[in-house]
Amino acid sequence: MSDILLRASGIHKSFVGVHALKGVSLEIAPGEIHCLAGENGCGKSTLIKIISGVYQPDAGSIEFDGKRLDKITPIDAILLGIQVIYQDFSVFPNLTVMENLALNSELSNKRKVVNWKRMRQIAEEAVAKINFQVDLDALVGTLSVAQKQMVAISRALMFNARLIIMDEPTTALTRKEVQALFKVIMQLKAQGIAILFVSHKLNEVFEISERFTIFRNGELVVTGQTKDLDAAKFSYYMTGRAFSEEQFTATKLGDKPLLEVKNLGLAGAFSDISFSLRSGEILGITGLLDSGRSELALALFGIRQADSGEILIKGKKTAITCPQDAINNGLGLVPEDRLSEGLFLPRSIADNLIIAEVDRLANRFKVFDREKRQEEVDRLMKEFAIASPNANNACQTLSGGNQQRVVLGKWLACGLDILVLNGPTVGVDIGSKHDIHAILQNLAREGMGIIIISDDLPEVIQNCSRVIILKEGKIVQELDAAEATEQAILSKMM
Amino acid sequence: MTTSNNKTMKAPGLWARKDSHVVRLLLVMAIWLIFMALTKPTRFYTLINFQTMASQFPEYGLMSLGVMLCMITGGIDLSPVAVANLVSVLMAMLLKELAPDGGLPGYAIPLVFLLGAAMGAALGIMNGILVSKVRIPPILATLGMSELLTGVAIVITGGAAVSKLPMEYATTINSKIAGLVPVQLVIFSVMAVLVWFLLSRTTFGTKLYLLGTNPQAARYSGLNNDRLLILTYMISGIAAALGGLVMLANYNSARANYGSVYVLQCILVVVLGGVSPSGGRGKISGVVLAILLLRMLETGINRFPQISSYYISLIWGGVLLLVMVLDYFSAYRGPRKRKTA
Repeated sequence: MSDILLRASGIHKSFVGVHALKGVSLEIAPGEIHCLAGENGCGKSTLIKIISGVYQPDAGSIEFDGKRLDKITPIDAILLGIQVIYQDFSVFPNLTVMENLALNSELSNKRKVVNWKRMRQIAEEAVAKINFQVDLDALVGTLSVAQKQMVAISRALMFNARLIIMDEPTTALTRKEVQALFKVIMQLKAQGIAILFVSHKLNEVFEISERFTIFRNGELVVTGQTKDLDAAKFSYYMTGRAFSEEQFTATKLGDKPLLEVKNLGLAGAFSDISFSLRSGEILGITGLLDSGRSELALALFGIRQADSGEILIKGKKTAITCPQDAINNGLGLVPEDRLSEGLFLPRSIADNLIIAEVDRLANRFKVFDREKRQEEVDRLMKEFAIASPNANNACQTLSGGNQQRVVLGKWLACGLDILVLNGPTVGVDIGSKHDIHAILQNLAREGMGIIIISDDLPEVIQNCSRVIILKEGKIVQELDAAEATEQAILSKMM
Repeated sequence: MTTSNNKTMKAPGLWARKDSHVVRLLLVMAIWLIFMALTKPTRFYTLINFQTMASQFPEYGLMSLGVMLCMITGGIDLSPVAVANLVSVLMAMLLKELAPDGGLPGYAIPLVFLLGAAMGAALGIMNGILVSKVRIPPILATLGMSELLTGVAIVITGGAAVSKLPMEYATTINSKIAGLVPVQLVIFSVMAVLVWFLLSRTTFGTKLYLLGTNPQAARYSGLNNDRLLILTYMISGIAAALGGLVMLANYNSARANYGSVYVLQCILVVVLGGVSPSGGRGKISGVVLAILLLRMLETGINRFPQISSYYISLIWGGVLLLVMVLDYFSAYRGPRKRKTA
């Protein structure tokens, strides 16, 4: 036994001319919680895939438990005790918890006949390891994200795991669920299992890890004890830039409300929601995952229809029954899930940018005015500083932050008055997050009315001039910027 | 890493990579043409042979254009042959009505085409409504429509062919413009150009590709998905109806079950032409090439009397799989890793 469980040194990896990893190193001790941080595209995922045998490194060596690993396959890695829990957990939603848990060991024992009793026993043992309470006969597809994650962790533990790699495990979790996850991680640590925790969230890195490593552009920037780290250093290491976050104050408030919501209700989601939004202000709406905040966003945009109450836009009562109604009335929604709701990843950046205003770039026979289309695309690419040499490249070639700017650009191209953003910076790296906040603040200063729906409290506090707190579908409190502290919001929202 | 990806995207050879599918189709076609030139130069390379091919392929070529549009939205249309047959049966009856004693009035043919296209549009709209408003999966909705329409045609005709049509119809459609270009080819070309124009020059085309890529995001972008789908299936219905009118002229008769092999052939042609069955991707150039390739293969094989026509299916399937396998290797061997990085 050595005191280093995993030692990766001098790892290089290139993909078709892209140098993804430029000689990075990583050391993890047994039972250590190590945090690997970095912006999107810094090479974190590539390193994970090398450690777990999905990719072969071009140069460098990996030692696990004192033995040098050459040319390992994912199966070898699992047999050695290296387990990866990916962001999507790789569970089968159409099978039950029990089947998900027992399937791997049944397969690896080459059993051909199903023995339900044995499967149940295997599954019970697996969940018992982390005291995970769940109905073994429930379909995994019906579980919450956090429960799916626990299924994945239980499954990982079945193979005598020595090192568990978690790729951004907290992305879709609520605050409470994150706490529960951290408890499980501490239990695993107590059993001597090392955890490599991949994240770009500062508070998590502080809270859970003992040591950290930060990558930037495929290079190792720093590795050290977490206790020596602070917020400013963290963002500097991540981005190579120093930021000063600006607190937003509404300078040019409109006299009349742009948007008024009166007693809006949607059965099973929210009820009796009333608020108003003036031009020039940023209104924050926050609450837990089940507070109805997402449903409210969808109802404002017409994806779901509120069944009581009314919406007034510029003082006029407006029926919003479909997204087209919302857009025609000058209201746009930047959706929660950028990948599935906001973007057409394989299509060109240009198509993605102009789709919402596409009819304005055509004559009345819907034939494109190609010159006008090109001008508009050039303008938007420039205005939103979208980092791509060619607007005809597929949108999926962009980084997360750039993609989010494309979604924003799509709406701003339409000349809207009201923009609702649901989780505007979920999964976006620090640099881009800063840029997006700056864009939003600028838009508000130019007279747009903005609603940010988010559970990222620092984001809400820093950008919003007013905050509405939702709990169980009802407004429990409205705070102005001066009163809105993290503590005050948390105490109302829990 | 992403920014460096962009650099590789911009590297020379982009054109070749982007259209590599079309290049491969051209290659297969060239090989076949060379093979025919070496083996049967005098029997394949004649003007009359090419004219014959150009009068035959529009039958399934027109239907394939419609299927292509549906497949770009992520759907499929299994009803073009049924639409074609029902339209041609009804139009054949109309033609007989219009000329009880042999002479067909001058307005008859334009009228038949207008009515036929309108019928195709109406049937297509029905498909579209089933797919969009009623949310039946396209493969089931159009299969159901196909059975239904075939059934209607069988009931109307009693299963028999409608024949003894006024000669003018078949001779007009079978004539050659300037003694050279078959009218069928003109009909197909007009439709193909129209589809190309729709896809590459209009907002409809852009919306169609985006809808096929991600219907959810399309909805969030304020597209009227239902209307787009109904329009798409309507165009497919029109294309199928035109295909039926060409069949009517080529066989000089109509029947409920003509061209039933075309259903699968259309789908294969469209997939061979590089349209992604999962939607969002596909070009008219590839589909037109695939349509031509199929015809050339079939006609070429017919030039070998010792080879039974039963082999056509075998060779056709072989070519389809070959192109798919080539696609797989070019698409997944190199760039796959880059994508996941």
